[in-house]
Amino acid sequence: MAEEKVKEPIKRVSIIISKGSLDGIYPGLIMANGARMEGIEAMVFFTFFGLDAIIKKNMNNVKVATVGNPGMRMPGGIPMPTVLGAIPGMSAFATFMMNKEMDSLDIPPIGEFIEMLDAAGAEIYACKAAMDMFHYTEKDLTEEVSEVLTIGDFYEKSAGSQIIFT
Amino acid sequence: MPEKTLNGQTIEVDAEGYMVDNSQWNKEIAAEIAKELEIELTEDHWKILDFINAEFKSGGSIPTLRKIGKKSGVDMKGLYRLFPDGPVKKAAMICGLPKPKSCV
Repeated sequence: MAEEKVKEPIKRVSIIISKGSLDGIYPGLIMANGARMEGIEAMVFFTFFGLDAIIKKNMNNVKVATVGNPGMRMPGGIPMPTVLGAIPGMSAFATFMMNKEMDSLDIPPIGEFIEMLDAAGAEIYACKAAMDMFHYTEKDLTEEVSEVLTIGDFYEKSAGSQIIFT
Repeated sequence: MPEKTLNGQTIEVDAEGYMVDNSQWNKEIAAEIAKELEIELTEDHWKILDFINAEFKSGGSIPTLRKIGKKSGVDMKGLYRLFPDGPVKKAAMICGLPKPKSCV
């Protein structure tokens, strides 16, 4: 029998947030915060639509995607036919419901979450390619963002990290 | 159940070192647990510990990091400065409470 290897604890995580919906952004934020609470170093890299989480004018106005989301359920747990996701107001309703649940779990709104991560010592970065694509400049970014990185910079900063793509 | 001797008292702890019987806890024991975690307790530490203890007594669970940061009188930066590398876990351990179960 092979000897059981001693498992090396995780020391640093590098989390990529690439999706712009509420359900796309929160998991990465929660994982980054959870890492810091365990004493694990954390950096978060926002790219593509994930940038919305650190763009001042968008960060507190992020919605749940109800179109093309077969995981959606109606109150009571009945699966929601995907076609209903396109009904006007459905995304706003799902967003309202999710924000309410988040609040009851003491999970903050995105803007406050970014502040919390910054205070916890997590590093927050924006993706240069995505910034250029959406024509954002550094002025559009919330102040907690420490730098705009190229992919090369990202890998450099991720040295010794477990990279997690969300 | 593992045991350890703190401040001349035999204390029951779980596998990770969290106290099992909170009635054995007192401030001297808190200081001893803190020492094991390389933390010297100050007045600011006690603001946090007292808050967590009070919340646990009234609500039955350890408050979230966000709540502690908002209501204990020490902000988020302070929490990480006073209890480096894991503020809620370390503070709960020093309070003689079980391991926190919340993800946030």
